[in-house]
Amino acid sequence: MNVLWLQSGGCGGCSMSLLCADTADFPAMLKSGGIDLLWHPSLSLASGRELVALLEDCRDGRTRLDVLCIEGSLLRGPNGTGRFHVLAGTGVPMIDWVSALAAVATHVVAVGSCAAWGGITATGPNITDACGLQYDGDRPGGLLGADFVARGGLPVINVAGCPTHPGWVVDTLMALAAKLFVADDLDPLNRPRFYADQLVHHGCTRNEYYEFKASAEKPSDLGCMMENMGCKGTQAHADCNTRLWNGEGSCTRGGYACISCTEPGFQDPGHAFHQTPKLAGIPIGLPTDMPKAWFVALASLSKSATPKRVKSNATADHVVVAPAVRKTRLK
Amino acid sequence: MSQRLIVGPFNRVEGDLEVQLDIADGRVTQARVNATMYRGFEQMLAGRAPLDALVIVPRICGICSVSQSVAAARAIADASGVTVPPNGVHTINLMLACENLADHLSHFYLFFMPDFARPVYAQRPWFAEATRRFAALAGEHARAAVAARQRWFEIMGTLGGKWPHTLSIQPGGSARAVEAAERIRLLAKVREFRAFLETTTFGAPLEEIAALDSEAALQRWHAADPLRGDLRLFLTLAADLKLETLGRGPGRTLSFGAYRQPDGSHALADGVWNESLGRVQPVDTGAIREDATHAWLAGDEALHPSEGLTAPMLDKPGGYTWNKAPRLSGEVVETGAIARQLASGQPLIRDAVARCGANVYTRVLARLVELARVLPMTEQWLTALAPREPFFHADRLPADADGVGLTEAARGALGHWVSVRHGRIERYQIVAPTSWNFSPRDASGTPGALEAALEGAPVQPGEDTPVAVQHIVRSFDPCMVCTVH
Repeated sequence: MNVLWLQSGGCGGCSMSLLCADTADFPAMLKSGGIDLLWHPSLSLASGRELVALLEDCRDGRTRLDVLCIEGSLLRGPNGTGRFHVLAGTGVPMIDWVSALAAVATHVVAVGSCAAWGGITATGPNITDACGLQYDGDRPGGLLGADFVARGGLPVINVAGCPTHPGWVVDTLMALAAKLFVADDLDPLNRPRFYADQLVHHGCTRNEYYEFKASAEKPSDLGCMMENMGCKGTQAHADCNTRLWNGEGSCTRGGYACISCTEPGFQDPGHAFHQTPKLAGIPIGLPTDMPKAWFVALASLSKSATPKRVKSNATADHVVVAPAVRKTRLK
Repeated sequence: MSQRLIVGPFNRVEGDLEVQLDIADGRVTQARVNATMYRGFEQMLAGRAPLDALVIVPRICGICSVSQSVAAARAIADASGVTVPPNGVHTINLMLACENLADHLSHFYLFFMPDFARPVYAQRPWFAEATRRFAALAGEHARAAVAARQRWFEIMGTLGGKWPHTLSIQPGGSARAVEAAERIRLLAKVREFRAFLETTTFGAPLEEIAALDSEAALQRWHAADPLRGDLRLFLTLAADLKLETLGRGPGRTLSFGAYRQPDGSHALADGVWNESLGRVQPVDTGAIREDATHAWLAGDEALHPSEGLTAPMLDKPGGYTWNKAPRLSGEVVETGAIARQLASGQPLIRDAVARCGANVYTRVLARLVELARVLPMTEQWLTALAPREPFFHADRLPADADGVGLTEAARGALGHWVSVRHGRIERYQIVAPTSWNFSPRDASGTPGALEAALEGAPVQPGEDTPVAVQHIVRSFDPCMVCTVH
């Protein structure tokens, strides 16, 4: 399966993340999965004219393009010209290269939230008129249009995340190579369901603090970060706390809030990232699928039932009260 | 016969890059460097809550993400006056070193060395060995290096939650305290990376590399076992291809100082190395100006970053890049590992640069020496942690304040200048390492460091992407996404 990987309006972090894939031999892993990298900006030898010739061969059908991976948002500005990113050595705006190549690719994969929705590059005034391949924030459309379907029959596959997890990319490409990826494997935002059908909250090591609403008040505190620190882990679709990052990591395990980076529009939450917006003392963003009244009732009950251990540890950077040692064998 | 060549896209550099070359008699006579992509981070940051910068700036760059976080956290800490507890200092240095050393490893194995497996070198005596070790996506040592890098970055998984784009680096320290048992596991990870470097990269203990104090000592070490370890193979092919004659730097290098210690000093001292004087001069950040004469950006006057301006102006006459031209006291400077090694007095790099200047050979050598010098420091910082003492101090940012955050990314000096008014960011200016190295001409027409370094580069008949130009460009380890930001 021939894979061509191009970068535009992003930071290259999804490629750097990809190289952290959990394997003892990265090129061998790709090869054994049936993945042939036609070209990747960090990994391939070809430069300059050699690459331009390859792009032309793909565009004109001389080289089969099975998967087009795009990393970074698509810069439509200024005034629709695409001149905020002209592909070096070609004089042609990157958006034109991407449109031409997407038209001939069997599958098109948006690697990361920039390519999926516009991402961080589209924040605030969106000076560069950045968008995703098939979304403009949470609105279908983007560079290729809401009706785009790649030759293989699927819309753009949005492997969203900022950066995206190396496992999400590798699993997607391997499933495509094995012809085991079908329309039903995509969620309503066209993200692979194998990671998007879960919440960051699942497997969070702070779950006991969440249960008792024992909350962190400042960075480095151990408590739940939902009430004060802006954490969106109960709403964000991703398996970050069950499929860990760089060994044993995740944002919440690293001591900071989930900013919901797999969701369209995460870059403009409408409040400071590090603070939870509240109405009458209650966080506005409540857990997915949970009625507000129940949340409020459970929260007030659990707060009043919080063990001293959990309460004390929530606002410390290490465990100050260890679980009590009791005989449990005879119970 | 003279001709003009537009070269690009360059891969194995971070981001998109185009170089325009004028060529006569088989040599480059003039070069212009174009950073081809604009995103506008300085414009995005204006109007935001100050701490939003901690989310936004790492996303300038996926390869120098931690460096951008450190600069932002320091700029905000400077504005609030908060001090970082020693544990916070050490953990942030560990994260920065984790990224910087991984970047040096990626540069050597993935970005720079694969070019020596090109068919153009097929007749050289070292070609088969270089191909076996470094060929793109196939070389045995390159593949082992990716695996070693993946394991090494698990330090970031523990300390930073993930890499790139952590939020654990805060103005008041680290949001992630380290327990005593975790430190043991982290030390084991450092030793694992040390083992890779000592076996594959150097074929020698790191301390032996760091102790090389002259080129004569380096040559003796090389001659003793010419193919053992990848540094020796690099020395073999560098001598054969005379890489020291390619890509001469401007003769001045800038380091803001790397790995600030709890007492305020730096593990690798700051300074401006002046080749003609043969000594280090202090860094005067007040003498930095950014000139937009040849950028597609508004502004005719060179401004200090604390007063800087960023506004796209696509059809500006004379513009040929999105990058501004930073100058120090009006002069072009080079930045990177070579600047840090010169400023901190590493004798081998000082000796080599005294003989042949900053060039393709000395830049790569400086990175490898830095790998050998800094890894043992990470062991010391881990040992210095005091579990259960604070890692973070809370702070309160005034509604109106200004701050400067300086640090060293793998590629060199990085500075952030922030102004906060009425509790919001009013102005945010970033001067990145490759902004220095790959700057365009300034108002006086003086070319940037790479532009000048390319002058005189050989172009073989029929070459459309000259291999010597590729060596020179990649010797700077450019990061184009940081350059323009």
